[in-house]
Amino acid sequence: MRAEAATAGVSRTSPGLVLVVLGLLVAAVATAFMTVGVKGNWEFVLALRGRKLAAIAFVATAIAVSTVIFQTVTANRILTPSIMGFDALYVLMQTAAVFFFGSARISALDPRLAFVLEAGAMVGFSLLLYRWLFLGRRRNLHLLLLVGVVFGLFFRSLTTLFQRIIDPNEFVVLQDRLFASFNAVAPALLAVAAIAIPAACLLAWRMRDRLDVLLLGREQAVNLGLDYRRSVSLVLVVVALLVSVATALVGPLNGMEPVSFFGLLVASLAYAVMPSFRHRHVLPAAALIGILVLVGGQLVLEQWLGFDSAVGIVIEFVGGITFLLMLFRRMAR
Amino acid sequence: MNESDRPQLLALAAGLGLVGLLACVSLFVGVSDVTPGRLLDPATREAALETLLWSRLPRTFALMLAGSALSVAGVIMQLLARNRFVEPSMVGTVESAGLGTLLMLLFFPGAAVMAKTLVAAAFALAGTALFFRILRAVPPHAPLLVPLTGIMFGGIIGSVTAYLAYRMNLLQALGAWRNGDFSLVIAGRYELLWLTLGATIAAYVAADRFTIAGLGADMSRNLGLDYGRARALGLAIVAVVTAVVVTTVGSIPFIGLVVPNLVSLAMGDNLRRTLPFVALSGAGLVLACDIAGRLVVAPYEIPVGTVFGVLGSLVFLTLLLRRTGHAG
Repeated sequence: MRAEAATAGVSRTSPGLVLVVLGLLVAAVATAFMTVGVKGNWEFVLALRGRKLAAIAFVATAIAVSTVIFQTVTANRILTPSIMGFDALYVLMQTAAVFFFGSARISALDPRLAFVLEAGAMVGFSLLLYRWLFLGRRRNLHLLLLVGVVFGLFFRSLTTLFQRIIDPNEFVVLQDRLFASFNAVAPALLAVAAIAIPAACLLAWRMRDRLDVLLLGREQAVNLGLDYRRSVSLVLVVVALLVSVATALVGPLNGMEPVSFFGLLVASLAYAVMPSFRHRHVLPAAALIGILVLVGGQLVLEQWLGFDSAVGIVIEFVGGITFLLMLFRRMAR
Repeated sequence: MNESDRPQLLALAAGLGLVGLLACVSLFVGVSDVTPGRLLDPATREAALETLLWSRLPRTFALMLAGSALSVAGVIMQLLARNRFVEPSMVGTVESAGLGTLLMLLFFPGAAVMAKTLVAAAFALAGTALFFRILRAVPPHAPLLVPLTGIMFGGIIGSVTAYLAYRMNLLQALGAWRNGDFSLVIAGRYELLWLTLGATIAAYVAADRFTIAGLGADMSRNLGLDYGRARALGLAIVAVVTAVVVTTVGSIPFIGLVVPNLVSLAMGDNLRRTLPFVALSGAGLVLACDIAGRLVVAPYEIPVGTVFGVLGSLVFLTLLLRRTGHAG
């Protein structure tokens, strides 16, 4: 395998050392992010940037962890929750909530309760849909990818359709919720994320050994006594939860583009720098790399070079090319 | 004319009748009250006639022209790529045309519409040619890789465009060319679309060449076809149609995929036979979706691109998943 060849050169580095280095890098970038170019009231700036940093860290961790475990359970390195339409499904849930219950009722709800309801619907629907897709008839990878992408397009079109049918006054309410960003995170949702994301990550962490077994493939895993269907369902629940929180916090990472490649990029990087395939190493590495990329990207592109909000677009560009290269590499093998 | 042509001619006449009926409905649906009665009544005739001539008639023409031309562009692209699951909005053609339009908006905002369209067409042609170049790397046993590559390729071009638009504060103009909307069509703002009729006729004249080109480069050379020229003509038609539609009303996603696939399910792949049906069904489907979009939330309306986005992606999913049934 290509990844093995790539890691052969660094096989003597220990995974722990890589994690320590990544951790130090994240600490350095986070410190720079908090302190670079501060003028005036430190207390205010630190509180503002602290919230932003926390949101970035939560979102990066959620996407990184969900992508890695999703790839494990689907037995490949190219499918990601985003490519399969998970975040589009969550936006559809948010829109459908306003569509069916009206903005008045939704905005009267505590945002935390609204989130719990939407995330619950999201978990239910994604279990139904993706269990059928992955556990039903065997489908080849290209078909799964294409079906996932088209599902994403379908969810997005349906979202647009709902948004168009909704009364324009109601749409304003919805828009506020959909177009969140790192700069405008609702404090109430940040508190929800502070509970939900660590909880979901803990679930993933407790599955780490079972996930290692899943890496061997469906047949081997079943042979070794793993309840395959149950593991797949559990992973889908964790993924749906993580995607819900991340999307609720900051909206789809890339605005309205069909696919976000952030997860793919982070997971590929994690496997490339980690001299180990075990989830106890890869999961934290992916989360750290995710934070590094997002915070570092914000720092370099937005604060130093002044390219406001360019990170998402750069990620799409690099990620799209990475995706195509991975797709063609697979063919060449 | 032989016996076997008769059912086809009947079907064609029925199709024409249906599209004509839809067109009539389209003329009389909308906020302003235009009915045959008001047209005949001398007191209201002038106002009704004005609405009809300036707004309803152009809109109906624009819908039919865009619908049929995009469907024909889709079928040509499918023959040239030898893949049923491609169409201009899925392989970067629309995104390239959008990039061209944006660049013109940035550097020559005062240029004539014709010049903008030509530049958009040049970009569409270059983008599509690049996609076909990438396709050479796709092995023949991986047909689904073709649309997948196309969507991602379009996404990459789209991210460049989005970045430029964002930097130059033109983000608002961005969504428009991917989401066909005919609500702003009035006389004087859509006439360029008649160019697509020329492209559709050219496609019909060259239909046999495209059918043969669909057999592959080697086979068509064996049969005496200048494959390079046929492909260049096909790509030019696709590029011009896409550019004109993108600059005037915005593309309609999936139409170029859905219509040819449904027609080919019913009557096979001989383009000379199927092309009139592809054009007619495209026009009819877009008309129907636009009328529905005007009725559902009246007095507001839903752009036809949005309606078709939902419908088209559903049909595409069905086609994809049905296909696996065959593969076992």
